[in-house]
Amino acid sequence: MRDWRYWLAEQRGTLLAFGIFIVMFAIYSANHPAGFTANVVQTAANKGVLLAFIAMAQTLVVITAGIDLSVGMIFTLTNCMASWLVIGTGLETALGLVAVLGTGLFCGAVNGAIVIYGRLQPIVATIATGAVYFGLALLLRPVPGGSVNEGLADFLTGRFFGVVPASLVALLVVVLVVWVPFSRSELGRAAYAAGSSETAAYMSGVPIRRGKFLAYTLAGLLAAIGGLFLTFFTYTGEAAYASGNAYTLFSIAAVVLGGVSLFGGKGSAIGAIFGALAFRTIGDLLFVFDFDPLWQPLFQGVILLIAVSLGAFALFRVRNRLEWFL
Amino acid sequence: MSETTLGGIAGRMPKFIRRADPAVVTAFACILLLLLVGSLYSRSFLSPEYLLQQLKVASFLGVIATGMMLVVLLGQIDLSVPWAVATGAMMACAAAAYGSVGVAVAIPFGILCGVAIGIVNGIGVAYLRIPSMIITLATNAVAQGLMVVYTGGFSPQDSATAAMRYLATGFTIPGVPNAVIIWALIGAAMVFALTRTSFGRAVYGIGNRERAAYLSGVDTRRVVMIAFAVSGGLSAFGGVLLAGYASKAAQSMGDAYLLPSIAAVVLGGTSILGGRGSYLGTVAGVILITLLQSILSVMQMPEAGRQIIYGVVIVAMLLLYGRAPASR
Repeated sequence: MRDWRYWLAEQRGTLLAFGIFIVMFAIYSANHPAGFTANVVQTAANKGVLLAFIAMAQTLVVITAGIDLSVGMIFTLTNCMASWLVIGTGLETALGLVAVLGTGLFCGAVNGAIVIYGRLQPIVATIATGAVYFGLALLLRPVPGGSVNEGLADFLTGRFFGVVPASLVALLVVVLVVWVPFSRSELGRAAYAAGSSETAAYMSGVPIRRGKFLAYTLAGLLAAIGGLFLTFFTYTGEAAYASGNAYTLFSIAAVVLGGVSLFGGKGSAIGAIFGALAFRTIGDLLFVFDFDPLWQPLFQGVILLIAVSLGAFALFRVRNRLEWFL
Repeated sequence: MSETTLGGIAGRMPKFIRRADPAVVTAFACILLLLLVGSLYSRSFLSPEYLLQQLKVASFLGVIATGMMLVVLLGQIDLSVPWAVATGAMMACAAAAYGSVGVAVAIPFGILCGVAIGIVNGIGVAYLRIPSMIITLATNAVAQGLMVVYTGGFSPQDSATAAMRYLATGFTIPGVPNAVIIWALIGAAMVFALTRTSFGRAVYGIGNRERAAYLSGVDTRRVVMIAFAVSGGLSAFGGVLLAGYASKAAQSMGDAYLLPSIAAVVLGGTSILGGRGSYLGTVAGVILITLLQSILSVMQMPEAGRQIIYGVVIVAMLLLYGRAPASR
């Protein structure tokens, strides 16, 4: 096989997610009453980017064959924090940003430490830490409220040159600053290796613990960036249990749609981003076709169910029945 | 493998004290500690009425945790508990609106809806080989979607039937609430199934190593499927009882039961990796969680503090005795 065919095989999931997104967005904008305008794109981008950040966060952890059920709660917690801190003069805002992102990193690091060094199962550990993060969010914002530096918020949720949604540019910057260096670094490869086969990676002297720890920590950071953007969009902070849970759930759907294997070791955050954008667009299709919004949770649930069931196709390739059991 | 596998479970009963699981002992010790702390805080904490009241509240969680335990023993997890609970409650109340026939079938109908959710989970996990936490999250979302469509996003107006209220709040034996009796019956059935039937053996076997169980001639996929169906049904039954207790169903009534049910099972010493654990531990875990909740609410701890303490306690207890073996 030539090089490009290897590349194609490796990127199949990402390309598929990209294709789904393009098709869905074409249907969406073609049927949107306002059509394909800068406004429609901006609104869609702003909604999609939120989920894209959370999906990236989830990807990092899923690559290591773990799962982070607290991403939605870190997202909620940082949203509440940002509604207190990211305000005032330029310096105060900057310090607030650092504090919020630092909190995200810290939450991620706590998850990582408990899962890797405490040797607990990621599911139970992150459900429990998620409860703690939600409790902290409630402490910060018992009732919805707060405000944010509106100049910065409008800048990051508006448009550059009248056409390019600023949130998409921000997403691109985050990909270039966080994901690309991570996936090319030694520790990033270690995270993949740990997800693919932890024992083999360990035997080969790969620093799996540090790789996994970095993945969990960066996941916290990405979730915090998502929380920051939520604050920029809504101008308020709210400790909403249902919304935090929904983001956790959707992040898993986005990751699966984006071709990231839930068994670890396969996939990329780029795929998950397109998975997130596609998932959001599919969810919003209901609106352009004038369905009752009540049907949206069911519709999204069914998409999620179908998306996770697609993984079952791998069963057709199984020759030995013992391979059913991992 | 540790000693408390198949042989250990069967051999434990007569040599109970000698072979007691350290996790179960710890859990019971924590219960005594909580009672002590509670009695320092308030005199009435040790009164029989209060303790019986706690046991009654615990029995709702106990019914739900029984199903969760079965699934955890397989090495799986059931995250569809919140909306299985709500679905059971809402569908039972909904059936009650359809005349006398509806009232008669309300409870079985609610449970059946939960079983249906469980069967979808079971098909996904056992036959499609989808990781359980993913498929159960998805069915949870679908169940939520269905209930939102059905209720229009508001709490349903139908109220619980007299039978449901009787099961949850009535007294058949003076002094002992019906809910506690139900939990005892379900618990006894589960202990019997786990320790005295081939199904129970298969559950422990699959939890230890599904391949080995399969090669030993166990139809592992059917066992997994049944376990998930039972878990869904018990969650829904818990919801039915809760609806009877509050005399109606509510939108997010099940949200408060996911973490506690997992915590109760895990704190009771059941390995989250499957294959190890006893029902006695789950009982201890359920009582422990209920007492903790009760003390926090007696101390008028706000919701935020409760969530934080909850999470911290669970992580701390797990770090004490729920750790995976050191790698290699």
